[in-house]
Amino acid sequence: MPASVSLQGYLVLAAVLFAVGLFGVVTRRNTIGILLGIELMLNAVNINLVAFARFNGDAVGMVFTVFTISITVAEVALGLALVILIFRVRRTAIADHLDLLRG
Amino acid sequence: MSLETIAFGGLAVVLVASALAVVLTKNLFHSVLWLALTLTGTAGIFLTLDAEFLAAVQLLLYAGGVVTIVVFAIVVTERLVGDRITQTSRQIFSGLIIAGAVLVGLLTFILRAPLSRPRPPLGGDLTRAIGDAVLTRFVLSFELLGLFFFAALLGALYFARPDD
Repeated sequence: MPASVSLQGYLVLAAVLFAVGLFGVVTRRNTIGILLGIELMLNAVNINLVAFARFNGDAVGMVFTVFTISITVAEVALGLALVILIFRVRRTAIADHLDLLRG
Repeated sequence: MSLETIAFGGLAVVLVASALAVVLTKNLFHSVLWLALTLTGTAGIFLTLDAEFLAAVQLLLYAGGVVTIVVFAIVVTERLVGDRITQTSRQIFSGLIIAGAVLVGLLTFILRAPLSRPRPPLGGDLTRAIGDAVLTRFVLSFELLGLFFFAALLGALYFARPDD
């Protein structure tokens, strides 16, 4: 057992979280559930960014993480506003029911 | 086995378990609560990487902000009690195939990449380094981020405005 966790350990953890989030995005029917899956995937990417920044001894990756976290929060706020708007118009939050553009 | 390894192992178990709970639990509201646990655990992972500032940002913005917004959205679109909040999943088989394929691809890439370098010693205060980089090298991106936030919040307000 090494004295401290290697970079691979963090990357493997992030990969597992990313795959779990992807599974959620594919299988969830509720739009809010899909958004939660996207959150998990973005979170995994943040772990990768911070791990690489720490193991390279460079703070720039952490600056990037600050940006991604902020943009994710804005994305969630906007996405949920859209969910609420769609719910008002169509009275549903299930993604499969939103087939207005189906030919 | 060092304390840091134990902390990482415990956090990894909590993270994977709560992430699975987010995508598998039937109740959407419980799903959000599990997500809050996942995001808090991620802040702990950031702490093991000596990124205290990012851990604080993670707790404030993600575990505080995002979870609150999602709970509000659930309250608006679903009833908190009763059957409507239960969500079903579909296409579990294809979801497993896609997620498993991505995971296997990522893992083979990670385990074959020449990454086994030791962690360098901490060179000074990382929070100070982040602040310096944000206000010098990345100052334009930082200001654009402010503009982006303004646009996103205006858009969210516009979309979610009450009917007149």
